[in-house]
Amino acid sequence: MIRERYVNAALLAGLLAVPLYALLVDEPFTITLATRAVILALAAVGLNIALGWGGLVSFGHAAFFGIGGYSMGILAFHAQNFMPLDLGFMVFDGTKSMPVIWLVAIITSALAAFLIGLLSLRTSGVYFIMITLAFAQMFYYFAISWSRYGGEDGISIYIRNDFPGLNTLVPIQFFGICFAALVLALWLNARLVASPFGLALNAARQVPVRVQTVGLDPTRLKLVAFVISGAITGLAGALFADLNRFVSPSMFSWHLSGELIVLIILGGVGRLMGPVLGAVLFVALEHFLGGLTTHWHIALGAILLGVVLFARGGVIGLLCGPKGQS
Amino acid sequence: MSLLHVENLTASYGASQALFGVNFTLAEGEVLALMGRNGMGKTTTVKAICRMIPSAGRLDFAGHDLHRLPSFRAARLGLGLVPEGRRCFAGLTVAENLIAAARPGHWSIARVTEFFPRLGERLGQRAASLSGGEQQMLAIGRALMTNPRLLILDEATEGLAPLIRAEIWATIAALKRDSAMSILVIDKTLSELAQVADSAAIIARGQTVWSGAMDDLSADVTEQYVGV
Repeated sequence: MIRERYVNAALLAGLLAVPLYALLVDEPFTITLATRAVILALAAVGLNIALGWGGLVSFGHAAFFGIGGYSMGILAFHAQNFMPLDLGFMVFDGTKSMPVIWLVAIITSALAAFLIGLLSLRTSGVYFIMITLAFAQMFYYFAISWSRYGGEDGISIYIRNDFPGLNTLVPIQFFGICFAALVLALWLNARLVASPFGLALNAARQVPVRVQTVGLDPTRLKLVAFVISGAITGLAGALFADLNRFVSPSMFSWHLSGELIVLIILGGVGRLMGPVLGAVLFVALEHFLGGLTTHWHIALGAILLGVVLFARGGVIGLLCGPKGQS
Repeated sequence: MSLLHVENLTASYGASQALFGVNFTLAEGEVLALMGRNGMGKTTTVKAICRMIPSAGRLDFAGHDLHRLPSFRAARLGLGLVPEGRRCFAGLTVAENLIAAARPGHWSIARVTEFFPRLGERLGQRAASLSGGEQQMLAIGRALMTNPRLLILDEATEGLAPLIRAEIWATIAALKRDSAMSILVIDKTLSELAQVADSAAIIARGQTVWSGAMDDLSADVTEQYVGV
């Protein structure tokens, strides 16, 4: 078995090397593909905090992805059209600044995660899955009927938003921004897991009743994890919207929630780099198999079946063995 | 001064009533032995005190009505439970088990490992891979890390080798000697209980049938209700 830290380092190095090589051979599409993988990985890293560490099988994380996307879409829409956004208590011109958009995306998705978590965490198991799905679907149908922001057609943003000191229209520079956000999220994830909070969350996932006897409130621990998870997925949504320069209700769809879960299972649930490896594999399969047939999801399903049946720790587990052994 | 006061405590598992009126009082710094035959309600009493099951009656701890509190709030008041069957957090290492439970106070990892040097040697080892005795030490260490005012040991020596049992009893004696902590200990070995406990309460068929100073416990009573 290979030590997990070596696999993690190799994976990050590979993820960085591919767009750099694409830059050398002048293949901007490959850079965009790598950026898509990085953003999906970021969203899945967020979900992994809830699912992998907290044991919360959220089937509604598309809600936070969409909220992040719409935060970007709405702010950029008002800025590009010189149409002030009237919030009732203040009028705001909108913004094309990525840091401001990210801040709004993180705050709004964290707030939504707090409210959804507060209600959803009263349930567990299949009811938790269904209630999170129901919340995401509520956002989906709301976005479809939100004619002010394009309804079903969504919002197109003409020019990618700005980041101080960088030209975000250059693919490799936008990739760098997304990659930095992913590395930061992974670092935060690693620190969180090793912190007393992370250990308590891990214990709460294993034996929720027993942690109470040492003074820990499992619901509160899971709520905090759910909020952090939602905020990271929200940030990924804002970046995804910037990548495509387009926001639509599909960002809230249950397909996306399902895809994020698939990425984690493929890479390894509760493994630091599991979501990253899952996202890379997913995008690679989508690109290579998708070029051969439109039914590439059948192959993905077969691979997922194989992973679930024969590699319970995902591909990371297959390479490095069960959690905690390398 | 009384730290824990249990009066007319009743509890049920669904339709089946398990406790019919448990009564005892535990003073600050005192060691109380809760005794009785198997299935008489000792563990159920502990679960009720720790708010792990619904119960009725009077349940006061350090001036607080425990019935008003969820389990984790009761624990934060200073109830440290070493549950029957150890129940360590199996997926976490020894150090992680201790850190996850840590609350501010006298007890730290250094003090716990000073008490149980064997745990100090296995800080990076997963709890699931420890021997039964080591898991028991970890369960006690984890409860101590919460810096409790009352340590509850539910069958802490059950199923352990004689040498390990002696080590656990020595630990309980040392805790009584060196700390101001109150201890509620459930066990079946009367000879060891007699050495550490100041008082005792005996439960039979879900109710207290005897309580008083350990020295006053007669052989007739123990034979009748504890079976030794």
